[in-house]
Amino acid sequence: MRMKWKKALTAFFIGTSLLTLTGCHGSRALPDFTVPEEFDASKNYEITFWAKNDTNRNQTDVYKKAIADFESLYPNIKVNMKLYTDYGRIFNDVITNIATGTTPNVCITYPDHIATYMTGKNTVVPLDDLFADEKYGLGGDSLLYDSPAQEEIVPQFLSECVLERQHYAIPYMRSTECCYINKDYVEKLGYTLPDVLTWDFIWEVSEAATAKNADGTFALNGQNVMIPFIYKSTDNMMIQTLKQQGADYSTPEGDIGLFNDTTEAFLYEIADHVESGAFSTFKISSYPANFLNAGQCVFAIDSTAGATWMGADAPLSDISEDAFVDFETAVRMVPQFDPEHPQMISQGPSICVFNKADPQEVLASWLFAQYLLTDEVQISYAQTEGYLPVTLKAQESPVYQDYLSRRGEDNQTYYDIKIDASKLLLAHTGDTFVTPVFNGSASLRNAAGQLIENVAASVRRHETVDDAYMEKLTADVTALYRLDQKEIASGSRQELGALPQTAVFLLSALAIAWCLILLYVIRDFVRKRKNH
Amino acid sequence: MKKTIALTLTLALVLSLTACGKGGNGGDDKKSEGVMTYAEYMAADLDSEVVIETYVQAKQSWWEDKATLYTQDKDGAYFIYNAVCSEADYEKLTPGTKIKVTGYKTEWSGEVEVAEGATIEIEDGNYVAPVTDVTDLLGKDELIDHQNQFVSFKGMTVEAADDSGAAFLYNWDGSGEDGNDLYFNVSKDGQTYTFTVESYLCDNSTEVYQAVKNLNVGDTVDMEGYLYWYEGVNPHITSVTVK
Repeated sequence: MRMKWKKALTAFFIGTSLLTLTGCHGSRALPDFTVPEEFDASKNYEITFWAKNDTNRNQTDVYKKAIADFESLYPNIKVNMKLYTDYGRIFNDVITNIATGTTPNVCITYPDHIATYMTGKNTVVPLDDLFADEKYGLGGDSLLYDSPAQEEIVPQFLSECVLERQHYAIPYMRSTECCYINKDYVEKLGYTLPDVLTWDFIWEVSEAATAKNADGTFALNGQNVMIPFIYKSTDNMMIQTLKQQGADYSTPEGDIGLFNDTTEAFLYEIADHVESGAFSTFKISSYPANFLNAGQCVFAIDSTAGATWMGADAPLSDISEDAFVDFETAVRMVPQFDPEHPQMISQGPSICVFNKADPQEVLASWLFAQYLLTDEVQISYAQTEGYLPVTLKAQESPVYQDYLSRRGEDNQTYYDIKIDASKLLLAHTGDTFVTPVFNGSASLRNAAGQLIENVAASVRRHETVDDAYMEKLTADVTALYRLDQKEIASGSRQELGALPQTAVFLLSALAIAWCLILLYVIRDFVRKRKNH
Repeated sequence: MKKTIALTLTLALVLSLTACGKGGNGGDDKKSEGVMTYAEYMAADLDSEVVIETYVQAKQSWWEDKATLYTQDKDGAYFIYNAVCSEADYEKLTPGTKIKVTGYKTEWSGEVEVAEGATIEIEDGNYVAPVTDVTDLLGKDELIDHQNQFVSFKGMTVEAADDSGAAFLYNWDGSGEDGNDLYFNVSKDGQTYTFTVESYLCDNSTEVYQAVKNLNVGDTVDMEGYLYWYEGVNPHITSVTVK
């Protein structure tokens, strides 16, 4: 109910497919954007904002209030919002609209997706000149609101928006993944929950949780269902595992290193734990929260932005009230290989501005985009889930600090699990990382998850997972995500070599014809002048 | 005598055709060799391979050679998720089209379905399932026996979808807008149930989408749709009639 992953997946495929069409039939290129000297307040502008929410009414309310407040400051700018609940659908629609020259003005997005949008010339506005503009830039002196200066945006989050050495987005919210744990179950199994989970610990406890009673029910919960360890995003599972072990994934240039020995060893490990019933994925079983809250799961890994769904007192839920069980919920980082040097993914929405023929319209768009970085918007939106504001200004503000300090006061605004999740990211911002962004990086990310999904499904279907299987899996996933087409995957410009002879001949003939036409026109002009 | 025989044979022929009736070849619904009956499909373990012959009742979506279908034979219904299907074949699928599906049985949040990646073959035959009234089964364990079937609910009362008193919501919590799924509450005998207009199945240009947007709390409605499941019954409604 809360989010249709099946729809999201479909939308992603639509987008990736349309990408190639757009590459062939791009609309007429827009001119480079130059920041106007002054914002023309005498003209009216109507801009479109494509926003993403987590199927969360509080988030849409924050957007609506932000728009109303902004419009009261800039009465000549009207903002029309279109709501989305998944990034894939936005990606798909943007790609479609690039082809027709009808992109939105401002759009919530992922940097991976911007890399694809940028295959259209001057489609996305590079923001560095806007950042630095004294009047309208970050912290600019002609702004009608209190905007953060560039140095007040968390540097790590801002750097995630750099593509081809320029900023093409501003961060909007940040989250990471964390592990939501039924602490009672861990202790019932005879373990003490450590501050930092290791992969060895999580696998060991998960295996212990698969023990059954003589009647076939699970010893841990007395129920017929128990999936000790469920991972929501298998893309992230693979990416973080590789990063933590220093294994290849991809280079910034788009060279793919996903298929390596570390990947294969991890897939074999996953196969073993699927076989024993210790592990499953969201795509195979369903939302981790549904199982965790029903006492059918020990370790549920999901985004910090999903915290309001997690725990015995979760304010949001898809399962019926009578299915809930009471337990103590603990929040930890995702499991690590080296607890002394934890590493976790940085994720969350960013904002890009699309180029338009009228620079004033682009400036109006920028004014709105930048407004979303103001303290009130940042703090209000961050409170809707386990998000973190992206500005130090907001993070350090008394209002936000007060919010964090009131952990557990209620099960709505101050829901303890949600605030724990935010605090976790706040404490470990320096331990987060992002993967290289290039045209095709979104496909590679999906391929990383697909490896795990395929192995898990195959084990459940009693297929043999061996070297031959791994070889075929690599080939299948490579073909499915077109990872062997490097010029597509990386977005690099293909060297086509010398022109064929026939092409040279045709082009030469065209050039000669144009020269002859030109000569004729000149001769005719000279003759007419002489006659006069 | 000859006239009597001729008349008898004619009547027998007419009767046999009538027996096929709307269902065409699907009337007897004899399964091909190696194909499971509905009972065998239901008895099959999750994650085991299944081969079924069934009839398309509605198409939910197609993209990148993947089709999601509501299908049914005379014994029960099968939800086919993201089966491999070319666009050309998808166009050939109309209500009643017979298909053979080979794939794996799975369950996702209570919804039993043929998992992503199944293959489809179009076969000769046609059957459009009659609607089954399951109003009296709401709240009872037997309702799940009709999972994914084309069903109807009669004489239900529209209830407020949230504290504001709205008759429907865009998305489950009202966070969406026109074009998103519609959620609305209906009650019977003091029990309230949440029904959905699934926007991929029935988008905002359809009659049912508009009808739900025009509902008022207190309306009495008859509805038809497919008995989808997500953490409990979650019917995908295809028609609403205000009484």
